[in-house]
Amino acid sequence: MAKILDQPRYKCALTAMQTVHGITRALPILHSGPGCADKLDGGAGSSGHFSPRVFPCTNITEKEVIFGGEDRLIEIIENSLKIIDADIYVVLTGCSSEIVGDDVANIVKKFKDSEKPVIYASTAGFKGNNYLGHEWVLQAIFEQYLKPSDNKVKGLVNIWAGIPLHDPFWHGNLEELEKLVEELGLIPNIIFGYGRGIKNIDKVPEAEFNLLVSPWVGLNSVKLLEEKFGTPYLHYPTLPIGAFETSKFLRVLGEFAGLDKEKVEKIITDNEKKYYYYIERFADVFLENRVMSKRFVIVSDAQYSLALTKFLVNDVGLYPSKQYITDDTPEEYREDIIGYFKDLNYGLEAEVDFIPDGYLIHKEIKDTDFFGYPLIIGSSWESKIAKETEANYLSISWPVNERLIINSSYVGYGGGLKFLEDIYSVVLTRFN
Amino acid sequence: MSNKNLDVKMEVEFMTINLNNSSVETRENRLGSIAGYNGDLNDLANQVKCGTLKDRERCFTQSSSCDAGCALGQLASITDVAVINHAPSGCTGMASQTIVNHTQLAAKRGVPYTTVFLGTDMNEQDTVFGATESLKEIIIKTYQRYKPNAIFIGTSCVSGIIGEDVDSIVDELKDEIPVPIAAVHCEGFKSKVWATGFDASDHAILTSIVKLPKKKNNIINFKNFNESARKEIIKIFANFGVKPFFLYANTTVEELTHLSEALATVSICGTLGTYLGNGLEEKYGVPYVKSINPLGVVGFETWLREIGSVINKPEDIENYIEKERAIYLPKIEEVKKELKGLRAVLGMGASYAFQVTRVLQELGIEVVWVASWHFDSKYDNGEIPPHLDYLVENSPNNFKVSVTDQQNFEILNILNKYKPDIYFGRHPGTTVWAIKQGTAALFLGDEFKTFGYRGTLDFAQTILDTIKNRSFEKNLAARITLPYTQWWYKQDSSSLLKGVVE
Repeated sequence: MAKILDQPRYKCALTAMQTVHGITRALPILHSGPGCADKLDGGAGSSGHFSPRVFPCTNITEKEVIFGGEDRLIEIIENSLKIIDADIYVVLTGCSSEIVGDDVANIVKKFKDSEKPVIYASTAGFKGNNYLGHEWVLQAIFEQYLKPSDNKVKGLVNIWAGIPLHDPFWHGNLEELEKLVEELGLIPNIIFGYGRGIKNIDKVPEAEFNLLVSPWVGLNSVKLLEEKFGTPYLHYPTLPIGAFETSKFLRVLGEFAGLDKEKVEKIITDNEKKYYYYIERFADVFLENRVMSKRFVIVSDAQYSLALTKFLVNDVGLYPSKQYITDDTPEEYREDIIGYFKDLNYGLEAEVDFIPDGYLIHKEIKDTDFFGYPLIIGSSWESKIAKETEANYLSISWPVNERLIINSSYVGYGGGLKFLEDIYSVVLTRFN
Repeated sequence: MSNKNLDVKMEVEFMTINLNNSSVETRENRLGSIAGYNGDLNDLANQVKCGTLKDRERCFTQSSSCDAGCALGQLASITDVAVINHAPSGCTGMASQTIVNHTQLAAKRGVPYTTVFLGTDMNEQDTVFGATESLKEIIIKTYQRYKPNAIFIGTSCVSGIIGEDVDSIVDELKDEIPVPIAAVHCEGFKSKVWATGFDASDHAILTSIVKLPKKKNNIINFKNFNESARKEIIKIFANFGVKPFFLYANTTVEELTHLSEALATVSICGTLGTYLGNGLEEKYGVPYVKSINPLGVVGFETWLREIGSVINKPEDIENYIEKERAIYLPKIEEVKKELKGLRAVLGMGASYAFQVTRVLQELGIEVVWVASWHFDSKYDNGEIPPHLDYLVENSPNNFKVSVTDQQNFEILNILNKYKPDIYFGRHPGTTVWAIKQGTAALFLGDEFKTFGYRGTLDFAQTILDTIKNRSFEKNLAARITLPYTQWWYKQDSSSLLKGVVE
């Protein structure tokens, strides 16, 4: 049923064009209206080898709505193969083509002998949001493109984490996860971002296991890989930010991969030493200022609400107020996620609400006593409530309209420090 | 057929604005607008005059834009309204950027901005059972939450295809909600010309906000986007004893009710202004200044003189022109010396493409190709857009023209073939591709960039600065690969245009 979408923090499934776009040299072909990509292209960093202005699109008009758009799609795919230099072509359906009932599966079949792979995913906007759309695209790639491999590579780990482009830190975070996996002596394999692409997709079935670092997005995809290729997966729900969670992550990963415990502990000790070298030098800044109080609130998707709650409680020693998850998390994952928020140092528990309605969230924040200036971590939508509550405020998840993130990351030991830099760069703009 | 009947028929043909309908007619139907063409200036002008200009489709297209984006973006720039997009979540994906932009713009002016931009998050069930009841509840809830001074309900591809009767919901709610409420029919598939969305927003303003005039004022309605030359124009108009009222950004609903009381309406852009300007003229007798736009020296002076004749102050205008010419023309002439002989390609909306061409020619730059995102064969007054006539008479060369809605593959093909010194664009995501291919480019996002004498000087100097340091594009282009195949670069840029659409 239609519901009020007040301060949108997710977009529709067709936004999964960003998932395709995140794979270098993979091209989305949109069977959609002319304005879809324009509206879904939120945020900076979308002008790569391709960009939404380059995505082929049937630009559905009244004619296709009335007579169907199958012929139109066929000619667009044919010409895309001739005009655009891509490694894989992923046809994505939008609302109009699905309501009209175009048989896209059948059309794509006609291209099974083309020089480059052509696959499709059903991503009508009314079918779900972009967090689901991301998974549908991954599943389409696994189902329609990947072939089973006899060759399993010992230590090869596929890494899956935040949604490309929608998560402003997606690229930096993947790079940091890659470094952590590498540090343990494992071989990371990522399909998204710089220097990666179809060759990495090809390696997916060869992995020893899949590593999913995400509370819920991607879970169905790694399950599908297990089903299809017999690849086991490690589901680590918390994006590791700062020393506490990163060390925990390395231990869990090391154990799952059957690595030597001492070796893992040595890596952790070295990293923690360096991390605390910095923390020691700046501890006075963190402690001795007049505006940073103890209570914080995060308004974000499950990934960041969880990861930053863990970091701010377990590393920084802050106290959680009620936290908000805005990604419309499917019911079946909610109980587990609520549990993760109860697993904090000193037996602390954070209350968490799954609620996409920004108006209601802001109303609650306004009515909450933070016993000092609140610390609000969220999106651009929080800028207003932050002003009203004189909060320290940082935007970290979509929509982020007023800061530029190129390749920075909050993951790992360094990521924790980077997050502190960002928070205190706000705190230091005020004296009292 | 008697002459009398013929007159009636002609009048009906020219009347493109019907404020009794809830929905605006598309530009294709109203203005003979097209989205596909390849030829040159003289051919285009001849075809327009002979009535033979027909749209051509393409067998390959890249993602462009839709009228909903334009319509709802315009309305959300008003400072005290609610825009509700009756659509799946993705269509409301533009809300945040829109709200942030206008919050920043309002902060610059120091005026409050309380507008909200919401959606109805339509899902699969709604496509089967409809969602008008939910829509009704959402509208009421929105009013209760924010008490906006007007509510605009945007329609979408989904609400259009499944046949949601938004007009009836609006009618039902008129008794319950004490502020103007209007449906904005802007289904993304409705028009190939997204500028129809501008008309849809103007239609909503004309039908639901503007009131009958009580008294005439000394204000000139100024249709623009983001009032970046506000201070300058207030100063200019003060010379003639009039005040500009910029719209829609940073306006309130109350202010907009008085549009009918103005001395005149002007627009920075012919595409943007035609519906509101002609609508106010037809319905309330507010004259619409229909000259070429105030870009460049000739455009600015022509426009000022037209204003002077409308407000009956031609002498004040001439005095002003004389004074300002003395300050700026020598400076512009100085820069022009260095611009002479440069070759340019540009890709812009249907008015700017030709207006900026005119400015470039004034500056001594040779325009070799104009890509116009669409083309209007006439405006809502029934006349051919004035910039076309101007160019036919004054252009030193019969440059190539294509009508191509942000079709980047065609633009890069053209740039590769013609190798201009510089490319000009105005739309996000288009200009950057010229740079990736190694062509210097200037992004004219600000609609006032070439406004008046001062803007013309800024523009000329910026072109010079751009071509004098090509480091950015050269560095970048040398290290990346382009998205198009070699095969495509060997084809003619228009080779994927089909025959005319009948």
